[in-house]
Amino acid sequence: MPSQERLTRWLIGGPPWLYLLLLFVAPTLIMVAASFGWPGAEGGLAPLLLRDAQGLHFDLTLDNYTDLAATTLYAWLFLKSLAYAVVVTLCCLILAYPLALTIAKSPKRWRNALLLLVILPFWSNFLVRIYAWMIILGPQAGLSRLVNGVLAWLHLEPVSLLFSPFAVLIGLIYVHLPFMILPLYANLEKHDPALLDAARDLGAKPWQCFWQITFPLSRPGVIAGAILVFIPALGAFAVPDILGGTSGIMIGNVIKMQFLEARDWPFGSALSIVMTILVLALTAAAAWAARRAGGRIYD
Amino acid sequence: MIRQPATLRWLAAIGVYAFLYLPLLIVILHSFNASKLGTQWSGFTLHWYQVLLQDDEMLRAAYHSLLIAAVASAVSTVLGTLAGLALHRYKLRLLPLLIMAPLAIPELLSGVSLLIFFVLINFTLGLASIMLAHIAFCISFVAIVVRSRLVGMDPALVEAARDLGATPWQSFRYITLPLIAPGIVAGALLAFTLSIDDFVITFFTAGVDASTLPLRIYTMIKITVTPEVNAISTILVLLTLVILAIAARLAPSALRSGT
Repeated sequence: MPSQERLTRWLIGGPPWLYLLLLFVAPTLIMVAASFGWPGAEGGLAPLLLRDAQGLHFDLTLDNYTDLAATTLYAWLFLKSLAYAVVVTLCCLILAYPLALTIAKSPKRWRNALLLLVILPFWSNFLVRIYAWMIILGPQAGLSRLVNGVLAWLHLEPVSLLFSPFAVLIGLIYVHLPFMILPLYANLEKHDPALLDAARDLGAKPWQCFWQITFPLSRPGVIAGAILVFIPALGAFAVPDILGGTSGIMIGNVIKMQFLEARDWPFGSALSIVMTILVLALTAAAAWAARRAGGRIYD
Repeated sequence: MIRQPATLRWLAAIGVYAFLYLPLLIVILHSFNASKLGTQWSGFTLHWYQVLLQDDEMLRAAYHSLLIAAVASAVSTVLGTLAGLALHRYKLRLLPLLIMAPLAIPELLSGVSLLIFFVLINFTLGLASIMLAHIAFCISFVAIVVRSRLVGMDPALVEAARDLGATPWQSFRYITLPLIAPGIVAGALLAFTLSIDDFVITFFTAGVDASTLPLRIYTMIKITVTPEVNAISTILVLLTLVILAIAARLAPSALRSGT
């Protein structure tokens, strides 16, 4: 009964398939189309289809992309956001590695509890976690006074920790750290301890064991974690919006402004499409690197 | 065993745990701080919780958040469970991509594309558009949790039921469904938590009138920071902990596959 089989298949898979087609694929395609459109007279988007003397025809333009390419400000902001994402990814890696390794090497009965301790703060509200850093980095808080006390002692100008690139980086690291810890742990936990025992028996020093065995084996985990941190960090808008002030602005803030304040949707769409392409290209590159390193990213 | 590197590693690990927890502890501590400026400790108080209870706008936002999360998690649990079954059993064209892609692009981009979409089809932005948007991203998470449960299931059980004469529906109803039930419940709780916590996608699909807790917190942070924010934050942290405790009990592995 192949026809009945097909019917059940569509009864089960059809509804979610249709829903995502309508609320994920369609909006994405509309955004692609909008990036070739003109801004509307009162903001938003002008109709993509025009009806005039020559009949119905598309009214499309490449202006959004040429404007984007001609304005160095946007290229600079993309570069700045990329640089932030790279720094955040590296810092997360440095912070996550010892923790993931410790959990992986701890006795088995502790591991789940130690891992849960990593996940718990990550499930608390996103804005609350950003807001916490507003308190910590605030001008009246102990940390700012300590830093400025030291600077005054060195006869240097006082600085503001909050509303600065520094605050954006700290916030992004804090928000994304668990995304690095979890895949790293998942990888490190599978390592065979016999390899390290063998290396030690043959006279390898601890750091040799780490750099020649543990780290190379963990490369797929490192790459998976790097993707999970890098992508959202590159597209961040809430963290720089709340912690960054004017100097910590990222490309995500500009996209938000184009949609909500300037209301130039076609240009905002063009910026979003460039970001999407960047994300997809980097993910593909990382997936390729991970396959070469002998692992899969999405297990 | 060489002791020194292990000790160093534990010290580093404790440092990272402190980095993860101190900010949240500071927020919780400050929610009981009598000082209005919130920088110095000036005595214990529950005043900010009282302020919170009298803040009509905040209560309305909380009601909206709960309503959206209830509807979004209910619908996405049904659709996500179907998607999980379909992913596991059938090779539906595009379905794996439709499930994974929303997780792989920055939320900001989903948010703005949904904004254009709703405005172009003349769908009024408000509670309904937020719900529709939340369902879309929750489906993926539920589907992944349910599928991971199905992967761990012994296929021989269903085959045995079929051999004994059960119809496909009976074998689903009496074998598969009870076995994957913890995964479905964990998926539903995950969807509820994600929905109630979501800021970015809500921000773009909310329009002017609808307000949710995260949107209200955002406004308070951006405009006037009062210690009331600490109180609502503390409540949200505790609420999430309770939901997670239930989810962890039902399906320990589900929490990790959700990321």
